[in-house]
Amino acid sequence: MSDDLLTTFTELLVSDFGVPAEEVSAGATFEALGLDSLDIVELTLALEDRTGVKLGDEDLEQVRTVQDAIDKVRERQA
Amino acid sequence: MSAAGAGTVAIVSGATGAIGAATCRALAAAGHHVVIGFRSDADGATVLERELAPHATAVALDVTDGEQVDACVERAQELGTVAVLVNNAGMTGDDLLLRLEPERFDLTLATNLRGAYLLSRAVLRPMLRARHGRIINVSSIVALRGNAGQVAYAAAKAGLLGLTRSLAREVARKGITVNAVAPGFVESAMTAELPAEAREALIASAPIGRAVLADEVAHAIAHLASHGAAATTGAVLTVDGGAAI
Repeated sequence: MSDDLLTTFTELLVSDFGVPAEEVSAGATFEALGLDSLDIVELTLALEDRTGVKLGDEDLEQVRTVQDAIDKVRERQA
Repeated sequence: MSAAGAGTVAIVSGATGAIGAATCRALAAAGHHVVIGFRSDADGATVLERELAPHATAVALDVTDGEQVDACVERAQELGTVAVLVNNAGMTGDDLLLRLEPERFDLTLATNLRGAYLLSRAVLRPMLRARHGRIINVSSIVALRGNAGQVAYAAAKAGLLGLTRSLAREVARKGITVNAVAPGFVESAMTAELPAEAREALIASAPIGRAVLADEVAHAIAHLASHGAAATTGAVLTVDGGAAI
């Protein structure tokens, strides 16, 4: 599940935000990847379209790394 | 203002008033499907919907009601891609400050300013998804000049300009523009409630020597909503017959 989600995040970060694929890892912070808070909202909207999982504003406040986001999606899927 | 609007939806709040209805006509002519947002004038909305059929849908929209705002935007998304929002709903709430009750002040701000915030927040997600959007806030010349007897209205409309400029900065790189128009005196049901002195002062202050036509405001709004206006954001376009000169 995590690997699938990491793949999905990587695809979105590469296609929609121009992040080089080799820079994406579970531990990478969105800040280091060049994403700001508005980008993260946009990312979660794209994620919602792909997976049907909707993250709320309260979820996003705690998201710093790709792994944080993956964990939030898994929580919502559970 | 061409076929660029095809397949897109434009939401207009306060759509049954003079400026609102003229804006609906202009945006429909530009190819958008128009959501006619109305608070109480259901009959007026239905007449306008028929006039613009099949390019318009009337939807109840009291901008002070957050749930109704969200429901309206959800309905708009069912109709197509939400590309344009015109925050036009307004009320004057005029009185001298010493006689202006706090409740009236709050309602004026809730309608003119907080309503624009709620609607903007609701449309931003679909606009972010599309990486395209046009938000146009209908302010007023009194936001720039002030007007005796219009403390609440002028404060709300000036607040709209701050909202416009700040949101413009937030979302500019996402292909979303946020602009304001600042009409001068327009003959409408709302301005009919103005004190006679205020009406006369507003008309007399315009070098063109007449009231502004609602169609002239709508034309400016349609321009800001067009693809050609992509580089204009955070701007305040006066449509006031030169009153702000």
